[in-house]
Amino acid sequence: MKHIRTLKTKRLTNTVKTGGCGECQTSCQSACKTSCTVGNQSCEQSKR
Amino acid sequence: MDINSGAIHVVDPVTYDLIGLYKELSPDEVRKQTGELHPEISTEEIAQIYDEVRELEISGDLFTPDPYEEKVKDYTKRPTVVKALCLHVAHDCNLACKYCFAEEGEYHGGHRELMSLEVGKAALDFLIENSGSRHNLEVDFFGGEPLMNWDVVKQLVHYGRSREEETGKHFRFTLTTNGVLLSDEVIDFANKEMDNIVLSIDGRKELNDKMRPFRGGKESTYERIVPRFQKVAESRNQERYYARGTFTRYNKDFANDVLHLADLGFKQISVEPVVAHETDDYAIRPEDVPDLLNEYDRLAGEMLQRMGTDKDFNFFHFMIDLEGGPCVYKRLSGCGSGTEYLAVTPTGELYPCHQFVGETEFMLGDVFTGVKKTDIVQKFKGANVYSRPACRDCFAKYYCSGGCAANAYNFTGDILGNYEVGCQLQRKRVECAIMLKAAAQSDGPDSDN
Repeated sequence: MKHIRTLKTKRLTNTVKTGGCGECQTSCQSACKTSCTVGNQSCEQSKR
Repeated sequence: MDINSGAIHVVDPVTYDLIGLYKELSPDEVRKQTGELHPEISTEEIAQIYDEVRELEISGDLFTPDPYEEKVKDYTKRPTVVKALCLHVAHDCNLACKYCFAEEGEYHGGHRELMSLEVGKAALDFLIENSGSRHNLEVDFFGGEPLMNWDVVKQLVHYGRSREEETGKHFRFTLTTNGVLLSDEVIDFANKEMDNIVLSIDGRKELNDKMRPFRGGKESTYERIVPRFQKVAESRNQERYYARGTFTRYNKDFANDVLHLADLGFKQISVEPVVAHETDDYAIRPEDVPDLLNEYDRLAGEMLQRMGTDKDFNFFHFMIDLEGGPCVYKRLSGCGSGTEYLAVTPTGELYPCHQFVGETEFMLGDVFTGVKKTDIVQKFKGANVYSRPACRDCFAKYYCSGGCAANAYNFTGDILGNYEVGCQLQRKRVECAIMLKAAAQSDGPDSDN
């Protein structure tokens, strides 16, 4: 495409079938402790 | 950004305007009005842009409808399992931080106390028993100041490890500390056993010492902790830790504190807005927001300059894992407070999270007899972006998942309320994070990030 550059991203719509295992880190345990931030958490399945 | 698919497109101004008109008008009218907005662009080129946008729509990368709401309703009906505990091993502290929600370890008028080994073990047993099929269990040693009860921390780590094989579980321990009692022995043990260490420091010396003083003392906490924190960071190869600060309305120029921490050599930094009650003098007020938004922009600009140099660093709130981030269920259901994530007081009482400890109406039960107030758990379980009207049309909803329940409660009296100041800051952080990602991928779609 000439006018649009698409970043490499995970398609959320694809995670509906594969997601929900619940093994991922609880966001508040990571660093924040005061604010809910989820987008920067990693998926345990993609780590494997 | 295409909210529902998560696709992110970098476009020129003409394309941006055309996308804005695309769903509002007929194809001919979209092209015509875009041409009127940009007379310097030829009709053929505008037609080409239109076709590119149409291609993205067909491939499900633009204007994607929300397919998740019904699925999330089913997901929230799943059995509740607990996978993470915040263990308040010490309701006591050697500092007297001005903004401390733990009130120097006293937590809303309670008295100073340390968690016994018996209570700690019962908490780990409770976690194992209530974790269903979850393999990874998280335990954060928190306070007050957890190093004031270090022997119990160590014994609990050993106890947790001793139960891993028989139960098939794996503990991920973390430590949140102010650093005052951080000895070599603590560092060695933590490097061996702790998945993450959160090091509390606010930034510049003057500010840190003002907001994080010793109790009744005049010595600089900054002087005491910085060398120790630097040692932790280096001994962990600059990974699996955060130098973590809080900013309030007293340091609206918080980017200077982030950059100060970076200049001290810390590569993993998190500096976050204070969680406060509206009446607190240091609380962030709506009129502070424009300055704070500018500050995030300034910080992002500085990080862009440092990208790829030896002064590069990670800022927690600008980190977005675009390619390996969490699934949509996680993004919609949030931090898990009150359900998957609970806080435990020194006597074993259970609360929805560390921010609610001491708010007695939120006391859920205890580690010996389990959760009793299931109505509160159900309310937390139902907290997601669909239960918060303000989230529905927000572009950042899959990155913050509805925000912090404690913040919402503090400002609106309802965990499902909308803390607008927090939302404004969150949207800016997501915007900056995506800008940095776009810059990192600017060498082309196959570039490594």
